[in-house]
Amino acid sequence: MRSSRKSSVLFTLAAWCAALLVAFPLLWALLASFKTELEAVAVPPSLVWFDWTLENYRAVLSGSDYGAALRNSVLIAGGSSALALGLAIPAAWAMAFAPTARTRGTLLWMLSTKMLPPVGALIPIFLFYRDTGLLDTHLGVILLLAAGNLPIAAWMLYANFREVPAEILEAARMDGASLWQEVAVVLAPMALPGLASTFFLVFTLAWNESFWSLNVTSTDAAPLTAFIAAWSSPQGLFWARLSAASMLAIAPVLVIGWFCQRQLVRGLTFGAVK
Amino acid sequence: MSTIVLEGVSKRFGDHLATDGVDLVIPDGQFTVFVGPSGCGKTTLLRLIAGLEDIDEGRLLIDGVDMARTPPSARGLAMVFQSYALYPHMSVRGNLGFALKVAGVGKAEIAERVENVARLLDLERLLERRPAALSGGQRQRIAIGRALVREPKAFLFDEPLSNLDAALRAQMRFEIRRLQQDLGITAIYVTHDQAEAMTMADRIVVFRDGRIEQVGTPLEIYRRPANRFVAGFIGSPRMNFLEGAHAEPFGAAAIGIRPEDLVLRAEGGWAATVETVEHLGAEALVHVRLADGLRLVARCPADFAEAPGTGVVFGVAPAAVQRFDAGGLAL
Amino acid sequence: MSAPRRSRAYLAMRGRLLVAPAVILLLAASLFPLFSTLRYSVIDYRLLASGPHRFVALANYGRLFAAPGFLPALWNTLGLIGMVLAISIGAGLGLALLLERAVIGRGLLRLLVISPFFVMPPVAALLWKNLLMQPVSGLFGWLSALLGAAPLDWFAAAPLTAIALIAAWQWTPFACLILLTSLQSFDREQREAAELDGAGAFAVFRWLVLPHLARPIAIVVMMETIFLLSLFAEIFVTTGGGQASSNLAFLVYSQVMFQYDIGAASAAGIVAVLFANLVAFFLVRAVGRSLDA
Repeated sequence: MRSSRKSSVLFTLAAWCAALLVAFPLLWALLASFKTELEAVAVPPSLVWFDWTLENYRAVLSGSDYGAALRNSVLIAGGSSALALGLAIPAAWAMAFAPTARTRGTLLWMLSTKMLPPVGALIPIFLFYRDTGLLDTHLGVILLLAAGNLPIAAWMLYANFREVPAEILEAARMDGASLWQEVAVVLAPMALPGLASTFFLVFTLAWNESFWSLNVTSTDAAPLTAFIAAWSSPQGLFWARLSAASMLAIAPVLVIGWFCQRQLVRGLTFGAVK
Repeated sequence: MSTIVLEGVSKRFGDHLATDGVDLVIPDGQFTVFVGPSGCGKTTLLRLIAGLEDIDEGRLLIDGVDMARTPPSARGLAMVFQSYALYPHMSVRGNLGFALKVAGVGKAEIAERVENVARLLDLERLLERRPAALSGGQRQRIAIGRALVREPKAFLFDEPLSNLDAALRAQMRFEIRRLQQDLGITAIYVTHDQAEAMTMADRIVVFRDGRIEQVGTPLEIYRRPANRFVAGFIGSPRMNFLEGAHAEPFGAAAIGIRPEDLVLRAEGGWAATVETVEHLGAEALVHVRLADGLRLVARCPADFAEAPGTGVVFGVAPAAVQRFDAGGLAL
Repeated sequence: MSAPRRSRAYLAMRGRLLVAPAVILLLAASLFPLFSTLRYSVIDYRLLASGPHRFVALANYGRLFAAPGFLPALWNTLGLIGMVLAISIGAGLGLALLLERAVIGRGLLRLLVISPFFVMPPVAALLWKNLLMQPVSGLFGWLSALLGAAPLDWFAAAPLTAIALIAAWQWTPFACLILLTSLQSFDREQREAAELDGAGAFAVFRWLVLPHLARPIAIVVMMETIFLLSLFAEIFVTTGGGQASSNLAFLVYSQVMFQYDIGAASAAGIVAVLFANLVAFFLVRAVGRSLDA
């Protein structure tokens, strides 16, 4: 389409308006996090001219709940991502470099488990965890999130490995490299970007996961999702602190997510969209 | 230096029989070229020798040792891939030295051997660069250097020149051949380009549909093709084939005449009309049509001046005629 | 070009071993529980009642379908999915079309647009419920007052719509990204050929771009549906249930947590799974085709 200067500028303007509209709730909450509670509920709402304060952040950070929730989120997201990748890497390697007639079927089956709504497994898991003491433990949640993200991790790693030209690995074999050397010295450096972005994507999904993290934890293992969920029935004025707590809860993953956009599309659509 | 022997080697991919009971001896120190159309099994055979694929039936022996249980890394063969397959995250020096590093060779010796090969292939200035920053011709030389540095029992080349432009290809053909002759290492070279085969080989193996059609020196194959397929595959422009009434006087079901063997005569031969003339400068390729519609190509002197539409007569020396029976075999 | 992958005998065995642990975890966490749920759905299992659990065949399902909350939950599930799909795909398409033509600050634009997707659902829900939708002090209330209309108490008057809006806000970036990716892969030369043939902007969109987008839109529909079937946190932190805003997932949760009726809850879970299977069948087929590509 021959883009005249004028239409380009119009589109750019419209795009910026739309983008700001979409991001607006976040931007608004960001502003609110720096207001006092009274300011936060004031009508008409103030945009820039108010007394900026860090009090909310201080209150959230110094409260004991936030620290514990943060620690739990990191442990759970990190642990489940490590476990998911630890299982997915060998599986993806085998499927990409030593495929059999069953490989395609296995991969599709893995993807199909992701299609099961978790609610279908809620009851047995809940009862099983209750009876085995896994309720409200880090391990309990880690296992579930790892299983949930395993198909995505396996798929993305499989796609990444397949993009490594087979001939380079064959050249390494001809050069005398053992299987271990072939994987560690030649394949790994080439697949590193894919490995990293898969880890970050899975970490993000685990951090934001809001079904299991709310249902199988209560106090000890409650991550930030549960911490925020507790604000659904609070006492008194709380918007400014809620905003601050929200910003703190979403910041790490927002940053990661910004860097992993492309992997997100591929990972979540299992490569169906190029 | 080693002898490679293939006995009844067969390989299947699903339903497709890629190589069919191939028996072949690769002589030590010679440049052997596998040539044939796409899908004829030549690359498969090369990969079987390298160990990158498993043999289904038959045996592969290197220096008398059966390679059935030997992985590619232990066969002592070096391969130059069509896409060069250089390690993108290592420098040129790293690429050249990788195999030696894997084999546990000392740093000093690695450095020395890498420098030697780099000098041989004019790569010295490029040693610290990454493959991505280099041209196709440079990468090709690195791929060759990587194979050289290992001092292998044999070189395996998988259509290494097909990604280069024509001028570079001609130059590299010459350099690869010269290198191999200087070093005296056995080489197996796969190509679909019959011109490459003719100019580079000590021996040519012509493949079709997984089977060997003929083995011989370039001249043997050119002058005495074993069957119609080989006759038509080797030589450019293609051999002219005549059948039926044209072939009967020679006592064959079909005959083949190379374009250079068709000689212009005043009379007493095949009468034909000139269709097009390609002037190549040193000679002219004349495309003619016989009365019954059959088309021939003839190599004529550069001063061929007949215009399209003119009638000409072609003859041939009886000794230059290739005769074939009904099944395509040479008589 | 890389050579096609072919199996090698001495790796095949090792390959099976390498895939096994992943398969085992998936079996344990997804399939075994599913069978258990199926089993629970046909026995009489209530947490407060003691005694052996009798096999009651489809009685649980009968009780479930007759329960006052079931049909609303089913409609709510479908309504929620429908609304979120419509909003997210519509807005996503619009955003994608704009972003594709924008020229200044594309990187930052993309960052802004994809942000909502990375916000955890409880945060999204609470921010919308309080800062925006709250009728007295929320921003929407103030805006409607400005425009002379009465502020809407979203969660009292239209809780399902409110939740749909929140979910749609989170999923629009996803739809936008996918459609944008697909738009950017649209052959420039096709567009130019159409222009030469006399097609205006709208014709190009209708006859060339939209069909090109048909497949990614289908993918988005299927992916979002799969995830939206289990929408939970948004309901949990805003309305806490209730007929007007519960979906199947929440119904299962509340049957277990508040009524302790495992049997009926399991039946509801199976219904949810059956519905998801239908959608999944088509998605896996589309993905399988892309695997061959």
